[in-house]
This record gives sequence, structure tokens and C-alpha cells, in this order.
Amino acid sequence: MRPFDYARAADPAGAVALVARPAAKYLAGGTNLVDLMKLGVETPALLVDVTRLLPTGIEESADGLRIGAGARNSDVAVDRRVRAGWPVLSQALLAGASGQLRNVATIGGNLLQRTRCRYFQDVTKPCNKRVPGTGCPAIAGAHRDLGILGTSEHCVATHPSDLAVALAALDATVHLHEAAPVPLTDLYPLPGDTPQVETVLPPGALITAVSLPPLGLPSRYRKVRDRASYAFAVASIAAALDVVDGTVRDVRIAWGGVAPRPWRATEAERVLRGGPATEAAFRAAADAELAAARPLPDNAFKVPLVRNLTAAVLAELAGVDR
Amino acid sequence: MTAVGTGLRRTEGPDKVTGAARYAVEYPAAGLAYAWPVQAPVARGTVRSVDTDAVLALPGVLAVLWHGNAPRLAEVADHELLVFQSDRVAYHGQFVAAVVADSLEAAREAAARARVEIDEQPHDTELRADRDDLYTPEKVNPNYASDTSQGDVDAELAASEVTVDVTYETAATHNNPMEPHASTAQWLGDRLLVHDSNQGATGVAQSLATLFGLAEDRVQVVSAHVGGGFGAKGTARPNVVLAAMAARVVGRPVRLALARQHQFSVVGYRTPTIQRIRLGAGADGLLRAISHEVIEQTSTVREFAEQTAVGTRMMYAAAARRTAHKLARLDVPTPAWMRAPGEAPGMYALESALDELAVACGLDPIELRVRNEPAVDPESGHPFSSRNLVACLRDGASRFGWTDRDPRPRARRDGRWLVGTGVAAATYPARSRPASAAARMRRDGRFQVDINATDIGTGARTVLGQVAADALGVAPDRIEMCVGDSTLPPANLAGGSMGTASWSWAVDKAARELRARMAAGVPEGGLEVSVDTADDVAALDAHWSRHAFGAHFAEVRVDADTGEVRVSRLLGVYAVGRVVNPTTARSQFLGGMTMGLGMALTEESTMDHRFGDYVNDDFAGYHVPACADVGTAIEAYWLEEQDRYVNPLGIKGIGEIGIVGVPAAIGNAVWHATGVRVRDLPIRLDKVLFR
Repeated sequence: MRPFDYARAADPAGAVALVARPAAKYLAGGTNLVDLMKLGVETPALLVDVTRLLPTGIEESADGLRIGAGARNSDVAVDRRVRAGWPVLSQALLAGASGQLRNVATIGGNLLQRTRCRYFQDVTKPCNKRVPGTGCPAIAGAHRDLGILGTSEHCVATHPSDLAVALAALDATVHLHEAAPVPLTDLYPLPGDTPQVETVLPPGALITAVSLPPLGLPSRYRKVRDRASYAFAVASIAAALDVVDGTVRDVRIAWGGVAPRPWRATEAERVLRGGPATEAAFRAAADAELAAARPLPDNAFKVPLVRNLTAAVLAELAGVDR
Repeated sequence: MTAVGTGLRRTEGPDKVTGAARYAVEYPAAGLAYAWPVQAPVARGTVRSVDTDAVLALPGVLAVLWHGNAPRLAEVADHELLVFQSDRVAYHGQFVAAVVADSLEAAREAAARARVEIDEQPHDTELRADRDDLYTPEKVNPNYASDTSQGDVDAELAASEVTVDVTYETAATHNNPMEPHASTAQWLGDRLLVHDSNQGATGVAQSLATLFGLAEDRVQVVSAHVGGGFGAKGTARPNVVLAAMAARVVGRPVRLALARQHQFSVVGYRTPTIQRIRLGAGADGLLRAISHEVIEQTSTVREFAEQTAVGTRMMYAAAARRTAHKLARLDVPTPAWMRAPGEAPGMYALESALDELAVACGLDPIELRVRNEPAVDPESGHPFSSRNLVACLRDGASRFGWTDRDPRPRARRDGRWLVGTGVAAATYPARSRPASAAARMRRDGRFQVDINATDIGTGARTVLGQVAADALGVAPDRIEMCVGDSTLPPANLAGGSMGTASWSWAVDKAARELRARMAAGVPEGGLEVSVDTADDVAALDAHWSRHAFGAHFAEVRVDADTGEVRVSRLLGVYAVGRVVNPTTARSQFLGGMTMGLGMALTEESTMDHRFGDYVNDDFAGYHVPACADVGTAIEAYWLEEQDRYVNPLGIKGIGEIGIVGVPAAIGNAVWHATGVRVRDLPIRLDKVLFR
């Protein structure tokens, strides 16, 4: 392991000052960052530990919910208010990683984890995200788990978070220390020809909280994976649906495991709103969104998979008999 | 009441859960240094140079080893062990250099910075059936004929009313014991002491003695506790050679603990296979012809030919039979043993094809197997020492609730789940190897039995104590078993399901002899006897066919929307001779079945042929079953079986049969649930619904 310095700031301002030093990075739960340091993908000169200075509380108000960025995934998942008002969020958290990892991982850190693309994680191989301009071996290589939407000829990586998929569906906002808040759906730019740019955050930005407006409709997270637990999503969906008299009054859909960011399916939502809450309509809506898909040979199955998954979860939320 | 047959708890259990049990890298050593390997980033080439001066200038670095400066080793048969003896790169990930440093961190960092100049050459890593360079090996592991032929297969196939001609493929899989390979090596004068994680310290010590030109009594390998191996630690691997070499070069003890990622390149794996099975039968399901042709891979360093078709030679009666193995010699890491090499992939293909034949004949798959039960071993013509396959199938059918099964596929639903059941047979050879042991009565009134058996987590230490207790006629708590040290009486490795069968023979013999000598009086200085079983094992009547048998039943649920397969029930019934300890035996069976579940559904090493390496080289990318995959409905039973022809205690060995047939049972259940026959493992969700 490469030698590095470790520092603990007293408050957010102190942390921001420390992280301004060369090659400095924030350290929260470290569940991804430390792995990447062992692999040589991340080579920070200084780790600024923010675990003791970030808020960890969960506050409910008329505006919704505000979750401190330092809150542990496991604590948020079992919070009574979260489970009652935003069950999709609890379900997404519990679908992620393992019990041990959830006990350490934080809400803020979860949003900034890196792709698990095998090529990104192997420093002996090219990767446009890790070393811009070296190429993307995944496109003609092991891409079965990678993206079908929002990808580019330079990068087909997926964002690995389950939490972020739920937050995308919930219209969450990411709050920063002394900077303007960012809607979750704007946090991750698409790779284009700069896949190394993974967020819109300015250098040194420190996530302090995530807020969610009230939901008030039934919601559900469903994750499809290669084993029953402790696996990244082959595809996942966070959905919320309000049906009145067989008509869709409101709907939220976000997909995971298929794109460089949690994929808010706005086109599918638009097609559904005001229309019939039928399985055929759910499938058609998914297809409307998936029209933009650019699958690769080994992940083309994700197109019908996501269509089926979307229909299944929306039908369940609508109480449609299948 | 005898100790054998009771479910004693592991004697070392408290030590393991309190951390008192020491594993290979937990032994302290004064002045310890650490080694870290540098791996070839290409699959084929020639090593030109290593920037040793620059690396040596890095903090804490004591030595840089590579082909250009490594001490010379003596020739051994396994060329994987000739670490840094050649400038040739034979596969991606091969050790081409190593750094020794004051700390693990310094060694790892320096190894990452080392610049190895390699002239890269074109490589070839792709196993395909249409290659024109496939060849027939002289033998398959360990010493079977590559090809066999009985009768006229083509004529019998042509005359058959029902035929099945199908090709199955299995993915490369990696053993992945929880404890990666690890060693602490130190030279004490001209003596080499290594604490090492392996399945047989006797063989590892012999390899090290040969490589370093030492008399065997100058090498001691201690393997007191081992965190699994599944075959990958059956013999010495390059890591232990590197540790010993590094210790000699720096003149200090050296520790080398491989990382998880190393498991995917240098310590072995199960070869991918392509298997064509042809069956010919009458409308009544009686087999006329069985043909099993296997294509698999080996490396250019050492030939390993998995004996994939050997189960097909003795499972079922048929007028004509042909088995064949062909290898592709590729620029890949060397495949090696992984739990039930041969039977695990081969019986997947055979037992899946039997299921397809049952469907084609309109027969229940159990009835089909019963009808084709042979009177004698079809290959050798010898009688079976015991063969209770049919009893396992019937007992399992009763326990599982098979009897009123609706054979139609895709006919059962539970909400969005499609539900199906499947069955497959299992077999594994029952063999014994010569071993030696010593037993003595100590002054404290306890008995000590010494044998270089290895407890790789199976409970061997406990089980052998039970055998000794009964032979001596004392309670098990008066026995102290000393195992896992090459200075103890030599014995075979923990592998091939031969451990308990072989070791118990020597332990029983030593304990009985001691008891007999005690009856004549115990002299002042105590009493000790030494035995070995070489003559006894050699005297085994060769005219018996010795095998364990079993039956596996699976119920799967397949999500109709996503294709996800979950195993809701897995049940095994075994006929394995005498079971010494029901508690540890059950763990062996459940472990084997779980590994079979992984082989069926989740485990797959993905090679990127452009680079020539397995890319999913960690537990996030290589999916071993999690607890949630196994669930609680996994059951193992065994029949009372006495077999006096295998060894004195009638033990057949249980370490491997639990994996054999499980992938077929699950695959057959997936077909029954969905009507989709996936013929390439693992059965991923995209193969079930989306192709």
C-alpha cells in the first residue's frame, strides 16, 4: 500500500480546508475507497476522515425528510419514519451490500462510490474513466453487467448504488457544505467523452445531507441479481405509483444497474401519467424509455429484463392481477 | 457405546472461535520480512529485465527476486514450482518477480512500482470445440486411460429407438477457500521450517526438499490449521516455494500471504469443459449406447487433464460405451484439482443427459436410472464392493416427496414463481492410500496418536481421535491427536475423499497394536508403536469396484419475469460406508452441496481473451453462494452401509460426493420449472429467459 497521511477535521470547514491539499480525499465509511486504494486505483496522499463531523441524524418535517450524510446505511434502513413514509428507500438500502458493510457505509459516501466495472478496477488495463484516452476494453470485453442507457463509445460503466436509485425516484436533493444544493438526478453527468467526470460537484465539495420531499404513494424497490444476497444489481427498479379508478395519477420510476447514473425513467413516467394502469401500459411505458437503449451483445438481455421488471413491480403496486 | 458413529464436536472448535488456533501467517518469527509477488501482465512473452536498483531504493525493500538473480532450484515434475527459473511467461498472472521488504505494505507498494520489461508474444487462450490442435493426453488425472471403448457405439446408436445427442459446457471455476494460500518460511541453519496452508504437509515438504536440494529430514512443514483448500492446496503451489526462496535470500523469516485476486491465477482452478453426450436407448429406456466426449484445457507449464468422463465408465449398464478426453494446450493458468475433479463436471453432463432421455422416453428419471442399474462395474466387469444407488434414489424420493411428481414442464406456479423439481445421481471412487502412524501411552494416562493427516476444516483431528478411542477401548477425551506436521509419521494428503479412509486405517492399526502390547504389560519408559499400512493397502483385492453413491434432489423457483433461479430445497442421500462422525459428516455433505449449487447457478470465472486473464477476480465478481442462496431447506442423509472390502473400518470418504450431481439436479429442476434446458453452467438468469 502506498503511504498516505490521515487527518481528522473538527468541523466541515476544517475538512474542506484539509481536502484542498494535493491529492486529498474525504474518508467516510471507506467501504469502496479503501478497496480501491488496495487495488491502486485510488492513490490519495491524504485522507480526511469526516465520519465524526458529518451529521448523522434523520429529521422529519412538513418538507419531508432530511438525512445526515454521515448516517449509516443500516440505521437509515431501519428508521421507523423511513420505513413508514419512504419504504422504497429502506428496501433499496437493505438490498445493498452485506450487513457488515451497511453498518459502516454512510449515506453520503454511498452516493460517491465508483463503478465496479472490472476494467476500471484493474490498473494493468486501459480504462477511459481511470486514465482518460486509454480506451474502453469493456465494450468488446466483459460487459454483461454494464450499461445499456446513457453510455457512450468511451464508457459503458454503471453506477453501483442501490440507494441512489431510490433517491432518484424520490426527487431527492443533495446538500453540500457552503454550496448550492444539487438535485440527485443532476448529480451524475453522462460519460460522453469525459467519463472521468463522475459528478457535477466542485473540487472539495462535502455532502452534508440528503433531503426528500414527502412521498405519499405506495413504493417499492426490487433488485435483480445473480445471487440472492450480496451482489450488485443486474438491474433494479425504484418505483412509486398512485392509481385512481384504474388511471395512473402519479408515477416515479428509476432504474439501477443499467446506466452510468441512477436512471430516472422520465419518458416512461410521461407515457404512463393519466393513462390506464394495465400491464400492457406498463410494458409500453418501459419500452418508450428503452427506445434509447444501446445494448451490447452480452447485455442486450437487460432490455427485456428491465421491461419485465418494470411491468412486474408497477403491476404489484397497482394491484393488477397477472 | 463406541466413539465412532457419535457426533462429537470438533476438538479444536474452542481454539478456532477464540482465535487461539494459529494459521500459517499467525506464527511469530523474529525479524520477520514480507514478500509480495509481481505478476505477468501479459499471457505470453519473455522477461527481459527488472529495474531491481530502482526497487531496492524504495523504503524498506530488502530484495527483489526474478529470473535474472533468483537462486537455482532443482528439477521437479511440476514446473509451476520452478519459480523464477525461466524467462518465459506462460500465462497472465504468473509470478515473474517478487519484492521482499520490512513490512507487508512496503513489499506490496514496491511490487506495484517494479518495472518488468517483457517482450510480449501473441497468446492463445480460447477453448473451442473446433480447434484443430486438440490432442489426446496419455492419461487423465490421476492415472486413468484417456479414452475407453466397449462395443460398437455407432451401431447401437443407429439401432436405438430413442437417442439424445447434446453438448453441455461448464465454466471455469476457482476453488476459493476462505483462507488464501499462505506461508511463513524460515531457515534455521541448514534446516527449512515453513508454516504453510496446505492439504498435505508431507508432499509439500518433499517438494521443498527436492527444489532446494535438502535431505527430507532438513525440511519441516507445519499445517496445524487450514482454512479450506478444495484441492487448490493439495500439493505445493508457487507461493510456498517463493516464501522459502525469499527467506533464504534475505536471511530472515519471510511471510507470504496471497490475496484473493491471486487465487485466480497461480493456484489452480477447474478447467472449463465442452462435453458431448450421446445416448441410445430402447423405448423402454434401456441404454444401448453411451458416448461421452470431453474437451478441456491445460496450460503450457504443466499438463493437467481432468478425468471428466470417468463417472460415465461405471455408472450405467449399456451394450456399447465410448469415453474420450481431448485437451487444448493454451496460454492459460494451469488448471488443477477442484472438489471432485472429473465427477463434478462429468456427472453434470451425464445426469443432465439422462434427464433428457427420461423425458424423451416418457419415463420417470428415477425409474430410468433403476432400469439401467448394472449388475457389475460395466468398465472392469468387477462386482461392486457395495452399490446402493437405487436405495439412495428411493430413500431420497420418499423424503423429498417425489412420488406424485407431475413430469410436465412449466406446469407449477406460485405467484410469479415457476416451480420445478429435479433429481440426479452421484458417485465418487472409494480409495485408500498407504499411511503411517504412531501411538503411545503417556505418563499422564492419556494416549497420543501421531499422523501427518491434515485437518482442512473437515474435522479430521476429531474423527481420527474417535477411531483411536475405539481401537484402544477408551473414551475419546483420553486421546490426543497430533496432525498437520511433516515430521509426524507420513501420510497421504487430504484429498480425493481418501483422507479419513486412509488415515483411520493407520490410526486404527497403531492403536490396536498399542493395546495389544499394553496387555502384555507397560514398561517403565512407556510404550510406543509405529505402523504403516503400505502392505495392507497393497493387499486390497483388486477384483472389487469400490465407489460411494448418492442421489440429489432439488426444488427450484424461477422468477417468470426476471429468470432468477432460487433453490428452495436441496436434499442428498448418500451411501458412503461407515460415517465416523455425523456432525462433521453432515457439514461435509452440506458444504459439497452448496458448492454444487454455486457451480450450477453462480460460479463462473470470466476470461477476457484479449488479455488472457480471469477478470472477475474477487468475491464481488466471483459469486460463491451466500447464505441467502442456500436457505434453510438443505438436508443430508445417509444410509446404513457396511462395506468390508474398502478398508478395515468400512469408510468410503465423503468430502467430494456432495458436489457431484447437484448441478444436474438443479439444471433438471430448472427445465421442469420452465421448459428451458440450459446446457451451459452456470445457469444465469439471462440464459433462462432471454435467449
